[in-house]
Amino acid sequence: MNGIHDLGGMDGLGPINPTKEEPCFKDDWERRMFGLFVSCFAGGHYNVDEFRHAIERMGPAHYLETSYYEHWLASLETLLTEKGVLTQEELDARKKHIAMEDA
Amino acid sequence: MPHDHPHNKPMSDVELRVKALESILTEKELIDPEAIDLIVETYETKIGPRNGARVVAKAWSDPAYKDRLLSDATAAISELGFSGVQGEDMVVVENTETVHNIVVCTLCSCYPWPTLGLPPVWYKAAPYRAKVVKAPRGVLEEFGVSLPDDTEIRVWDSNAELRYLVLPRRPDGTDGMSEDQLTELVTRDAMIGTDVLAAH
Repeated sequence: MNGIHDLGGMDGLGPINPTKEEPCFKDDWERRMFGLFVSCFAGGHYNVDEFRHAIERMGPAHYLETSYYEHWLASLETLLTEKGVLTQEELDARKKHIAMEDA
Repeated sequence: MPHDHPHNKPMSDVELRVKALESILTEKELIDPEAIDLIVETYETKIGPRNGARVVAKAWSDPAYKDRLLSDATAAISELGFSGVQGEDMVVVENTETVHNIVVCTLCSCYPWPTLGLPPVWYKAAPYRAKVVKAPRGVLEEFGVSLPDDTEIRVWDSNAELRYLVLPRRPDGTDGMSEDQLTELVTRDAMIGTDVLAAH
């Protein structure tokens, strides 16, 4: 698929800014996202090709503007709703509920 | 209701989405949060570049092992117990006086988890993925690495089926060191190809 993710050779994306050392996960949500990916994969909800394809289907600007684990989040939301494991309505409702509980 | 975080600021949208996902999947009994804890702990504390460093140290110390590593990396790495998820098929590429190898995944973030753990942010981000296949010398400069003009640089693009590990050159001044001592010298970046190991 010749999408935005096919970055090899592209110019103008800025400096690499490598860090010598950094924590494995920057935020706790990244930690949970990693674990969710592995768990749902182990549960047979998708294979790795489907997982990557769902990332490759993100809008190009959105792909470039979001962080790595946000790509994983977008992929899981896409695949799990497409496969009928859960619905966007359930996700939205749960988000609201958690936000209210947190306030 | 108890909260598990200090009340500094409201949760970000991304945080809420992840919590919602975990909450619903747990409720539907499709995941177990304790399993997630264990998965996270494994990759944060147990699986990391020290594994790859052991492979490198052994290759430096044992010529027969090095031969096996270069001809069938998957099997040789398995000998040390480092096989499995995201490292099912491995190739090891050797740096020499005339050839320097560097590894990327231009399409996503393919990386040999069993030997190197999870990849650093820069490896997964757009700038490295875009630039290294086109201008590897410039990339190495951003990493503070300068190679002679006549060194051949080979860039290996990983994919879903195949992962690469660079066998760095053994630094000068390390004769007689034990494998344990040599393991300490091998950096993660040297095994990706964005570092060269200084003389000891």
